[in-house]
Amino acid sequence: MPEPLRLTGISASAGYAEGPLYILDPVAAPYAGKASAADERLALETAIEAATSRLATLIEAVEGDAADILEFQIAMLEDDALTGPPFAAIDSGQPADAAWRQALDAEIVGYETSDQDYFRARAADMRDIRDQVLRALTEDSEAGAPAGAIFYGEDIAPTRFLETDWSSGGGIALKAGSAASHVAMLARSRGVPMVVGLGAVGLGASPAHLAGVALLDAEHGGIVLAPSKAEIEAFRRSSSSFAARRDRAETFLARPAATKAGTAVRVLVNIADPSDVEAIDISTCDGIGLMRTEFLFGKTLPDEETQYRAYRKVLEWAGEKPVTIRTVDAGGDKPVPGFTVEEGNPFLGLRGIRLSLARPEIFRVQIRALLRAAMHGNLKVMFPMIAVMDEYQRAAALFAEEQSGLSARGVAQKMPPLGIMVEVPSVAIAPEAFSGVAFFSIGSNDLTQYVMAAARDNASVAHLNSVRYPAVLRLIASIAAFGQERKIQVSLCGDAGGDPAAIPALIEAGLRDLSVVPAQLAMAKAAIADVSI
Amino acid sequence: MSASAEATVLITHEVGLHARPSVKFTKLAKTFAAEVEVALAANGPWFDAKSIVKVMAAKAPKGTVLHIRARGAGAGEAVGALVELVRRDFDEGADHARTA
Repeated sequence: MPEPLRLTGISASAGYAEGPLYILDPVAAPYAGKASAADERLALETAIEAATSRLATLIEAVEGDAADILEFQIAMLEDDALTGPPFAAIDSGQPADAAWRQALDAEIVGYETSDQDYFRARAADMRDIRDQVLRALTEDSEAGAPAGAIFYGEDIAPTRFLETDWSSGGGIALKAGSAASHVAMLARSRGVPMVVGLGAVGLGASPAHLAGVALLDAEHGGIVLAPSKAEIEAFRRSSSSFAARRDRAETFLARPAATKAGTAVRVLVNIADPSDVEAIDISTCDGIGLMRTEFLFGKTLPDEETQYRAYRKVLEWAGEKPVTIRTVDAGGDKPVPGFTVEEGNPFLGLRGIRLSLARPEIFRVQIRALLRAAMHGNLKVMFPMIAVMDEYQRAAALFAEEQSGLSARGVAQKMPPLGIMVEVPSVAIAPEAFSGVAFFSIGSNDLTQYVMAAARDNASVAHLNSVRYPAVLRLIASIAAFGQERKIQVSLCGDAGGDPAAIPALIEAGLRDLSVVPAQLAMAKAAIADVSI
Repeated sequence: MSASAEATVLITHEVGLHARPSVKFTKLAKTFAAEVEVALAANGPWFDAKSIVKVMAAKAPKGTVLHIRARGAGAGEAVGALVELVRRDFDEGADHARTA
């Protein structure tokens, strides 16, 4: 037996699967060249027709999103703009397989290099189209996967997902992949566990690792190859507890959260993009506890109008419920070209509020957009990575300056309450210096990584990255107590807030406001209902 | 005699003129005999509105003002129908009602 191998990735669809690995291979069968260009043309035509009719058959069996995806692929295959270039290449002497592959690869690169997530995720559809035709050309039949298998590879084609019978379990573990892909969307709607971004397997992986049973934990985002007996047992416990929690959770979604003893807990949601709110029913949450603004800072710096529209959209959606927007938290693991700087140790460098204060001309644009958006709802604004009170005062002074500027020009605006993230240990250890802020929001991911000195993007120290270590919990309890004493609201918006295993400890530490990712809303409420405080 | 028509319309669909909306858009464009093109700016570049590959390649996100022009038989009807489709949010209003 090889040693167990643990790989960490990102959950794209929560759940658990235990089963044999099924390796997703690239198309490898050799293509038998034809005698003439005319025959090559015929071979490609036949292959495209075969792929199209396979899609048409598949479309009969599905509906909704799945049918839309297949219809999109058929429309692509029927478009002369896609098939013209490979036929032209055949006429100039290329074999059909190379001509098709080159033309499609060129299209795929166009998608992969897009700066929009949504568009980039369509590259998987184009690869699917490419491979379906290549398989038809080479008469390469995909081996059937055993029932309950965990599909493992670079990426999985949407058609492969749709052709698979998931009724006996199974899951998806991808080295690359994206949570925004069509497959991820389908996996979530059908409850198929899926993890993406596992990375290339290290040197520790042997054929024996890939041959045995694997454990896919798509609740936390990881897979164990060649697990030990103890790991299998622990996995089965987590898996059945997850299933039970999920079944129960749905009944909690529509109700306000409260503990067993009747203590009310407000549960808000974290969003990273204004479009995230479309999938959320506002009546199921108490507002937005964290709206990130890094999405706006893609390849170019956003103008005031773009930002204003994005903020206003979410504020109007939330109505009277609070929306806490965090000023841009670039730097660290979130570089922005033209804004962040290259650093040897970015987590400890010029990031968050430090960067915003160093580049006031960019920060002021965001401030104006926020002041104007504040007219359209219950806005609160918080600053990330505050370490000393001086940073807060300088940021607040910029807000005041921009407010008088707007008001002098007769622009409608309103000063929102200004709070801070508690993620640098200096704030959590000595909160008394910060009694002038409007509210605290504990960023438990960063707070934990700084307290435990364990980078959160480093899998080899992942075991240290838990909010449940006494040192972290004690800091959380102390800030909660400080807030209560000074009547300053304290909430928590890190991953721990939605982790059923951490929720009892957080409530015990005195927190009554948790902000979680939308997918964890129901489970978080169910976990709260189990707490006896 | 060759008719021609041109109009602009704001894309309000959340994912822009991508995947599902672009399938609907090109399907509708193909029902007209006229040559139909789209662009993200008045001075082009112009893309064939009947080709999903070209329409996707225009990469028109939400908030884009889409320029549509047509030439030939039924040009006016073609532009009118396509503008209406975009304005109706590609008939996906129900999906978006919650955010209104």
